[in-house]
Amino acid sequence: MIAKRYLAGALVAALTAGGALASLALAAVQVQDAPPYTLLSREGRRPLAARRVNGQDMFALDELAPLFNLSVREDALAGGLTISAGRQTIVLSAGQTLASVGERLISLPAPAVRDGRTWLVPVEFMSRAVGPASGVRVEVRKASRLVIVGDLTVPRVGLRFDDEGGARVRLTVEVEPATGHRVAEQAGRLVVSFDADAIDPRLGAVPAGPLVAGVRAAEDQPSIAVSLGPAFASYRVADAAGGEGVGRFVIEIVGAAPAAPARPALVPPAQPGAPAPASPATPAQGPLFAEPTPAPTIQTIVIDPGHGGTETGVRGPNGTLEKDVTLAVARRLKSAIEGRLGIRALLTRDGDQTVGLDERAAQANSNKADLFISLHANASPRASMTGAEVFYLSLEGYGQEAEAASRADGVPLPVFGGTARVIQLIPWEMAQARYLDQSAELAGMVAGELGQRVPMSPRALERGPFRVLVGANMPAVIVEMGFLSNPNEERVLITEPFQNAVVEALLQSVVRFRDYLRTTAAAAAKPGGQP
Amino acid sequence: MSHTRRPVLAGVAVAAAVAAAWLLFFALPRWYAQPTPAAPPVEKPTAPAEARKIKATLYYVSTDGLRLVGIEQDVPYGEGAAEQARRIMEAQIGEPPAPYVTAFPQGTALRAVFVTGRGDAFVDFSREISANHMGGSLAELFTVYTVVNALTTNLPAITGVQILVDGQEVDTLAGHIDLRHPLRKSVQWVQAPGAAPGT
Repeated sequence: MIAKRYLAGALVAALTAGGALASLALAAVQVQDAPPYTLLSREGRRPLAARRVNGQDMFALDELAPLFNLSVREDALAGGLTISAGRQTIVLSAGQTLASVGERLISLPAPAVRDGRTWLVPVEFMSRAVGPASGVRVEVRKASRLVIVGDLTVPRVGLRFDDEGGARVRLTVEVEPATGHRVAEQAGRLVVSFDADAIDPRLGAVPAGPLVAGVRAAEDQPSIAVSLGPAFASYRVADAAGGEGVGRFVIEIVGAAPAAPARPALVPPAQPGAPAPASPATPAQGPLFAEPTPAPTIQTIVIDPGHGGTETGVRGPNGTLEKDVTLAVARRLKSAIEGRLGIRALLTRDGDQTVGLDERAAQANSNKADLFISLHANASPRASMTGAEVFYLSLEGYGQEAEAASRADGVPLPVFGGTARVIQLIPWEMAQARYLDQSAELAGMVAGELGQRVPMSPRALERGPFRVLVGANMPAVIVEMGFLSNPNEERVLITEPFQNAVVEALLQSVVRFRDYLRTTAAAAAKPGGQP
Repeated sequence: MSHTRRPVLAGVAVAAAVAAAWLLFFALPRWYAQPTPAAPPVEKPTAPAEARKIKATLYYVSTDGLRLVGIEQDVPYGEGAAEQARRIMEAQIGEPPAPYVTAFPQGTALRAVFVTGRGDAFVDFSREISANHMGGSLAELFTVYTVVNALTTNLPAITGVQILVDGQEVDTLAGHIDLRHPLRKSVQWVQAPGAAPGT
């Protein structure tokens, strides 16, 4: 082992014949100051001074040594450096771009040079030599002057600014690799937070205007802030198709000037499971892109206020109608999800309309919703029954065909380009079959969160063959908020504190379920992890 | 000779035909109608044959409203699975024994019951089962599984039950439970809350 190390050193020495001469020549090299780099690690961020030699960014070994536990020894005779990093040794020769790390040779874009009493090494020395020698991942991003040490998630965040005639601004945000994000309005700003340790912002210039005054990345948070101008009225966020591994979403900022019509409910598709309608009622309401990317996290939630129109649902002893209670809570939930979580929330009806059960699930499917929450109020022939109940789908009653659907493996089908892709073939009306486990998880979380805030029925968590759930192509639950057939509960169900408590419970459930999705996705991504 | 024999033969043939017809249309059906040939004949001619009863488990909503309870009741005997299913369902939509309540909406009437060769029963109710339903997932689950369990528990030949309303297939009774397919027996709603489902 040791012999091999010296062999590598000798090889470098041989390749660097005349090293002493070269080091003499370096005396004439001009060293300039360069803007500092930022070193990102689990310990935080710190600036790292940089110099520029012949157009190449360099770090001083003196500054790197204490940070990375390097011990530097100069071999004056050979004109080289021996650097111990972890259990490995790096051998550098003056004037040469080749170096050895342990037993491997690496190349650098420029040779190490002496600058007074210290040595300067190219910034790539960090990722090509120090990282492998120390057994730590080190990534150098010269464009954004970042050195990332350790397994940190630091996505590149790009921004495109489109001003559409002054009344509307579209900010297209590209995140590479695709990373979860939230958009929230805070004190005159839209804050876009990313589920990352830091971000590598490449925002470009954004002209100040009446809607957007400016965009900048936060100093110490993985977020960017969009300063809103005086004409700002509302915003919405939609996912868009990105490239492979690239997340892309659009923040649409709308001005107050031309009176925008009240937000209608979703435009129902002509046929269940059909693609989203091509032109929604107003450009601000419909999907911004026809084909959003599959989401790594929760981006759209469809809230289904049960019943409506001629289907009144339960009528309480004092005349309260289930359809009114469900719509009131659904509206509160929508604004809470959008305002506090920055997640797009859509209602299957936003008025007193009759909406078919197939159509409700189809709206969720065609809007690529990540969650489907159906709100209801319960009834019992026993007026004494009270408390909330949460239901998810069971296929037990449906027979063998349905149960086979839930276990269906993908079928490889030819796709454009001559290759084959594994496609899940599941009858449309059995779309929920694939999500039974996730729906059970979500239902458990909802029951748990509700239980901390509102009275629960002893049958708090159950499953059954629910018509509205079976076609939903995403985790889906029914929440029976309480028994309208009980006179006391009927009075409570229409109060603001009760409805807010339900909304809070559902909001927390969404946050918990999002964490659950991320955990399971991370576990599945690990080698040997369960998919 | 042959002239005198012909009418005799014809008479014998007619008599045989009458005897065969009697055997086929009266004697054999009566004989088959006796479920237990050893049973004594009906003593009172005024008592109809359907006075015979069987024991059947019928389902009602428990006093706490949390589940269905199975109560053994006398139900008129019915010939064959479909007829017996009809008798059970007629008893099921009737008055519940105290202190239980029925899961059926007021005014619900049974129209017909069909049983297929595959063991699926189609139970056709009047429109009141849907129009008068109080709504709510739990109440609807109780109505549906009262029907499903009453038939599948008492008649092993019936493995699936589909509810029809006024002779038509329906999506749901009150907007919750999927009735587009025959449903299989589920004891989930008969058990106390918290019991392991599907057991």
